[in-house]
Amino acid sequence: MNIHAIRAIYRFEMARTWRTMMQSIISPVISTSLYFIVFGAAIGSRISEVGGVSYGTFIVPGLVMLSLLTQSISNASFGIYFPKFTGTIYELLSAPISYVEIVLSYVGAAATKSIMLGLIILATAYLFVPLHIDHPFWMILFLVLTAVTFSLIGFIIGIWADGFEKLQVVPLLIITPLTFLGGSFYSIDMLPPFWQTVALFNPVVYLISGFRWSFYGLSDVSVVLSLGMALSFLVVSLAIVAWIFKTGYRLKT
Amino acid sequence: MQDILMVSDISKTYASGFSALKNINLAIRRGEIFALLGPNGAGKTTLISIICGIVNPSAGTVLVSGHDNIRDYRAARSMIGLVPQELTTDAFETVWATVAFSRGLFGKPPNPSHIEKVLKALSLWDKKDNKIITLSGGMKRRLMIAKALSHEPQILFLDEPTAGVDVVLRRDMWELVRTLRDTGVTIILTTHYIDEAEEMADRIGVIHRGEIILVDDKSELMRKLGKKQLVLQLQHALQHIPSELSKYGLEISSDGCELKYTYDTQSERIGIDALLKDLGDAGILFKDLRTTESSLEEIFVSLVGDAQ
Repeated sequence: MNIHAIRAIYRFEMARTWRTMMQSIISPVISTSLYFIVFGAAIGSRISEVGGVSYGTFIVPGLVMLSLLTQSISNASFGIYFPKFTGTIYELLSAPISYVEIVLSYVGAAATKSIMLGLIILATAYLFVPLHIDHPFWMILFLVLTAVTFSLIGFIIGIWADGFEKLQVVPLLIITPLTFLGGSFYSIDMLPPFWQTVALFNPVVYLISGFRWSFYGLSDVSVVLSLGMALSFLVVSLAIVAWIFKTGYRLKT
Repeated sequence: MQDILMVSDISKTYASGFSALKNINLAIRRGEIFALLGPNGAGKTTLISIICGIVNPSAGTVLVSGHDNIRDYRAARSMIGLVPQELTTDAFETVWATVAFSRGLFGKPPNPSHIEKVLKALSLWDKKDNKIITLSGGMKRRLMIAKALSHEPQILFLDEPTAGVDVVLRRDMWELVRTLRDTGVTIILTTHYIDEAEEMADRIGVIHRGEIILVDDKSELMRKLGKKQLVLQLQHALQHIPSELSKYGLEISSDGCELKYTYDTQSERIGIDALLKDLGDAGILFKDLRTTESSLEEIFVSLVGDAQ
């Protein structure tokens, strides 16, 4: 194991995070505050309670997930896309480092950053609404699992992308809609029966449901199913990454 | 001398069907400066990229100090430093951070004193805390060399080290490469500047259209392929070459004051003594003479011409 290389890449990526810390912290704090103002105050005054918790409190896990998914993808995709764009990837490809080590360090750094953001959003939310976490272990488990899985997906997108446009397309056109429709702001049993069935095809539903359960014990689907789904996404992402490195897809000719 | 790098039967055919390298065999000796000389698009960068693990070969093997560069890639790669042709650097990192990063990437524990030594050798020490984006082009190129040297490689690849570099910096670069060689690093550089290969290399390999046409000691290459010219400056201008001298194939300058005799350094009898005697017999007196060697440029053009 090339520990020095893993440490070098991880530090390099985290240094990028610290350099952009102001925008990294301020933008999620502002957007989270806006969600609370718009959804929590304006809409929440009409939806008093969901499953025994106030609407403002109810949406917190969904908001954290929303940022976690988009941030994980954008961090990881940018982290690997940028060396490809500038050409500095030559160094990575010529270094005595295995693919596992590359993934560990890039995905590790991206996941670290998005977990930090998730916790910052949680702290921001705490300023607006009362919060309690029934199952802290499960909360951390879902947080980490989701951050790692979506950082892997981001890594895949970063390798696949051959332009800045493609970097934006997946988060914007796929992840954001899936998250908004995945029960961030509502429980899916509020939907008409047909749409409840459709919602079950949305992978994000399982992540948000499991994450919310760890807070309030409320879930749309069983927590075991949520965990199983989260693990399956992880396995699928790992398989795709393994295939990328085996074939050198978009990295080597 | 021991070979530090063995390239055996390397071929590369791209998916498009373009054959960039055809059955390349090359052995690099430990401690030498080897110049891979060839026109743009000859396959120089592809060959380097295959050796460094950036491009997959279609066939063949590369041994770096006995380590297969694919099966035993960790050992092979950690011995190699690569300075690519393009100035590809990060922008917002500091000089120190990026060099330290490279060292870690190649699996070496942090060693500030080594990085200090490298930065000082490359005149980058006073820039160590500067962001890369603030460096000039020449400094960036030196920074890329510093990155490549950060992990104490035994082989250094310099892909077109003086492309787009001005004359003074080019001299500095040559000086630097010699200094590096003196520290025991084997250096392989690519160039399409013939004078650069001639100036620096111990041995030269000529690559053209994906094939190594020739590998030889520079002096041997010059000797083998070199033609020399003897130029005689005459005391009195000649109108024409006397017929008894026609067998020498002399050329006469337009003002008639110079005779030029071209001879092959390889031939048994180069004929200078006979020529001078016959000139004396013909009553042609000369006041000065000089010989010139054909440049590597001329050698190269003739080689490429032969290959086609």
